[in-house]
Amino acid sequence: MRSFPFDPTLWLLVIPAASALFLAFLRDWRLAARINVLACFLSFCLALSLLAVPRAEPGRYLMVDDLNIVFLVLNAFVGFTTSLFSAGYIQHETEIGRLTPRLLRFYHAMYQFLLFGMALALLANNIGVLWASVETATLTTVLMVGIYRTAEAIEASWKYMMLSSVAIALALFGTTLTYMAAHQAVGEGAEAMRWSSLFTHAATLDPPLLSLAFLFVLLGYGTKVGLFPLHAWLPDAHAEGPTPISAVLSGLLLNVALYSVIRFKMLLAGNPHVLSPGPILITMGLATVLFAAFMLYRRRDIKRLFGYSSIEHMGIITFAFGLGNPLANFAGLLHMALHSLTKSGIFFMVGHISQAKGSQKIADIRGLTESHPFLGWGLLAGTLAIIGLPPFGLFLSEFLIVSSGFASHPWIILLFLLGLLVAFSGLVLRVCGMAFGKPTGRQEPIHVIPLPFLIHILAVLTAGIFLPHALVGWFRQTAQLLR
Amino acid sequence: MNSFYFDVAHLLSGSLVLASLMLLYQDRVYALLHVFTLHALVLSLSVAWQAFAQDAPHLYITAAIALVFKAILIPVTLRRIVARLRIHQILETVAGIGPTMLVGISLVALSLVVTLRTTPAGDRFSREDLAFALAVILLGMLMIVTRRNAISQVIGFMSLENGLMLAAAGAKGMPLVVEISVAFAVLIAFIVIGIFLFRIRERFDTVDILVVDRFRGERR
Repeated sequence: MRSFPFDPTLWLLVIPAASALFLAFLRDWRLAARINVLACFLSFCLALSLLAVPRAEPGRYLMVDDLNIVFLVLNAFVGFTTSLFSAGYIQHETEIGRLTPRLLRFYHAMYQFLLFGMALALLANNIGVLWASVETATLTTVLMVGIYRTAEAIEASWKYMMLSSVAIALALFGTTLTYMAAHQAVGEGAEAMRWSSLFTHAATLDPPLLSLAFLFVLLGYGTKVGLFPLHAWLPDAHAEGPTPISAVLSGLLLNVALYSVIRFKMLLAGNPHVLSPGPILITMGLATVLFAAFMLYRRRDIKRLFGYSSIEHMGIITFAFGLGNPLANFAGLLHMALHSLTKSGIFFMVGHISQAKGSQKIADIRGLTESHPFLGWGLLAGTLAIIGLPPFGLFLSEFLIVSSGFASHPWIILLFLLGLLVAFSGLVLRVCGMAFGKPTGRQEPIHVIPLPFLIHILAVLTAGIFLPHALVGWFRQTAQLLR
Repeated sequence: MNSFYFDVAHLLSGSLVLASLMLLYQDRVYALLHVFTLHALVLSLSVAWQAFAQDAPHLYITAAIALVFKAILIPVTLRRIVARLRIHQILETVAGIGPTMLVGISLVALSLVVTLRTTPAGDRFSREDLAFALAVILLGMLMIVTRRNAISQVIGFMSLENGLMLAAAGAKGMPLVVEISVAFAVLIAFIVIGIFLFRIRERFDTVDILVVDRFRGERR
């Protein structure tokens, strides 16, 4: 018997799904943008209420536990602020005729549908449902990336589609293998695909099959995380789609894919006879950080630049979870949350900048702090935060990752630090060129919605100066769960 | 498990691997489509046999989807696209046929070694099935990598996906197999529509660095 009559989990799925359906038929795009914001706000309130409502037992298909609740709240929050940004962004895009009202109907419906797919992936208590919803979310973004219909956008979405289809296939093979590893111990049928029963039987699953399954899952979902060498889709997809989608991709979808990898890693941690996932994650994370750091130098497109920066940060988080001690897990979670906030905030600025200048090329953007002070200083602040300078929160999380691993893996940490430094100077070099100097190109002021960016950057700044006790306790509890 | 059941399942999934290898060396569009039709037919038979042997009637639906969608609808649509877009009759491969076949054979050997070592020896039925399925998946990936033409990449992807269906059908009592096959049918429909709408003939990789730069949006 549930003592509390209100169950927010189901509503977290119903609201985005219903509004996707509704928005698909709504002709007035101004109203649609408002409804989009409203639906996102409702989802955010529901996600917050998950923290207050007593938690139900894992159900047949859905569950809420300490791990996914972090992702759910973060997703709902960034989804909400991005919808605010998106309302201003699309107004400009419509005025210059890049998007038509018909495409906007599609855009808003897909935005909610993407949020639905991600919420379902996070809530799923079944590895099959997880797989299907990650596929749904990915396909939605494929459609969104191609929305401008330019040759570059179509090429980007085609590449994204082919790579993610292969990734989807590999993840499904991993899912099938997991089922085969479990069906002896857990019993045939849906029970052997349910997270809750998989975790209780983790020690009795078939070890070699489970190890093989993890490799395929890592390849499959790792492609969506953007881990080197499976990252090729990510910069194109970030550069060619509408900027709100870049913000959601970087801030949310990469996290959802990472969440899937972490869940499977937890399953492996419960079984003493399987291969140890830590070294694999450390290697992939480190390779990703180093590769992305060097790639930052030759970038000429601003969104592509920050796309590579997202790859780098996903590498950092994977590295932290690979280290796997409680402090590193804590730092990994913190880094993930702060990276989402910072990177989507940066994309809000980048979206306005490319609209103000009419170009995404770094060479066309100079002297922003003079021509558009808010955008220029905003971009600079966001960049300082993302490269991990104090007093921003990412300094704290990167510092924790480095210090948690230094005793056990000194040489690897040195390489990791090298990657961070290279990325640091790469980004500073590019962004300083854009922020300072003599302004070129268009200099007319542009209508900016400052609120979403300010909320994000203030949150990251606050995290760097003072982490509330409740938050520390919450993340620590989740980190314990990760092992 | 009755040894006759096992032998037929073995024969069918072995033929799927053979069909995958046949796909590798096709260098004409229509021949490629014919071999893919054969591939889908063998998959459909194999899944139907699993449905019969495991007494799992829902797998007949998956077999029917494979038959109608992949062995009939997709090849017919692709033929029309090929005619409409005037795609070259001769398909380019990145490496020659010989080296590609050698890599393919070693991939089959690899998947046999990997799966036979990792699966429990008792469960012969799903074990051999899994080994063949992995081989088909790897061969599909090889085909995607070695082809430049969008149509042959899609066929590579579909053959890969046939391998997945083989694995899922072979996993005894696995739920959601039908739903998954529907999801893949939707995905493939998307891709095929994508080819047609955007008239994608070639993959965008080329040795001409200017073209690459332009497509990456990175030329000054």
